[in-house]
Amino acid sequence: MHRFANPTRFLRIAAAVQPWVVGITALLFASGLYMAFFTSPPDYQQGETVRIMYVHVPAAWMGMFCYAAMAIASAVSLIWKHPLADVAAKATAPVGAAFTFLSLVTGSLWGKPMWGTWWVWDARLTSMLILFFLYLGYMALQGAFDDRARGAKASAILALVGAVNLPIIKFSVTWWNSLHQGSTVITMDGPKMDASMLWPLLLMAFAFKGYYVWVMLVRMRQELTANKVRILRLKQAHGG
Amino acid sequence: MQEFLNMGGYGAYVWPSYGITALVMVVLLIASLRSLRASEATYKRLQAELGQGEEQETETTNGDEA
Repeated sequence: MHRFANPTRFLRIAAAVQPWVVGITALLFASGLYMAFFTSPPDYQQGETVRIMYVHVPAAWMGMFCYAAMAIASAVSLIWKHPLADVAAKATAPVGAAFTFLSLVTGSLWGKPMWGTWWVWDARLTSMLILFFLYLGYMALQGAFDDRARGAKASAILALVGAVNLPIIKFSVTWWNSLHQGSTVITMDGPKMDASMLWPLLLMAFAFKGYYVWVMLVRMRQELTANKVRILRLKQAHGG
Repeated sequence: MQEFLNMGGYGAYVWPSYGITALVMVVLLIASLRSLRASEATYKRLQAELGQGEEQETETTNGDEA
């Protein structure tokens, strides 16, 4: 693990891995979108609106996945002071916020024709909205301190405390009555969905994951370069 | 084609879902790439100004593009 702690080595690995990530992500998007629109059937109850699922569900999964990644990276940063963990958490936050936002908006666009309303204050939707606010709070807190190390520490603690929201989101449709349907993919008895819909859903989910890895690598490289710029600026200020 | 765009009468919900998803993901990606390029350019400029020949070990990762 500590072999990867060296930022210089990380940058070299990231640059080598990135073209593969981009290629695989593009292939997953192409095949996922093709199946989502052309080979998957309309739902017997929901008609063509079921196609919203292929962006809504991966976005919601990634909103939660990114938060879990951010919380774990924050814990590693707080406990072991791993130099890359904080950079990874920081790079993940805007991506997770974007995915959570998309799950809320596409959910709304799906809810209007199927439930007859854009929004209800039930447990699933409300806990997802809280997740979005947690991301915004994390990013705001990070920039709220003059001392960067204090901002990083405060936001890492917020990320950890907010992680309690993740199981609430996951089980919200079981614990409370909700307009939102229950789990159909991750259940004790395996997926309760036909393969013609499950395949495009999984392909799109992996495409979203590939996109996350891509953007996270770019943002981590940016953050590490910005750190080097700060060091050079300090040197410059002190006369080299 | 018309039938495809109509989405069984739900085109007004299906297409905006895909549209906003594509828009948000593309904007975030481009913003991240541009910010990386800007940081790398600033880093190169500062390095040239300071005329540091001895910092070769940090230099090695700096030549590749996004």
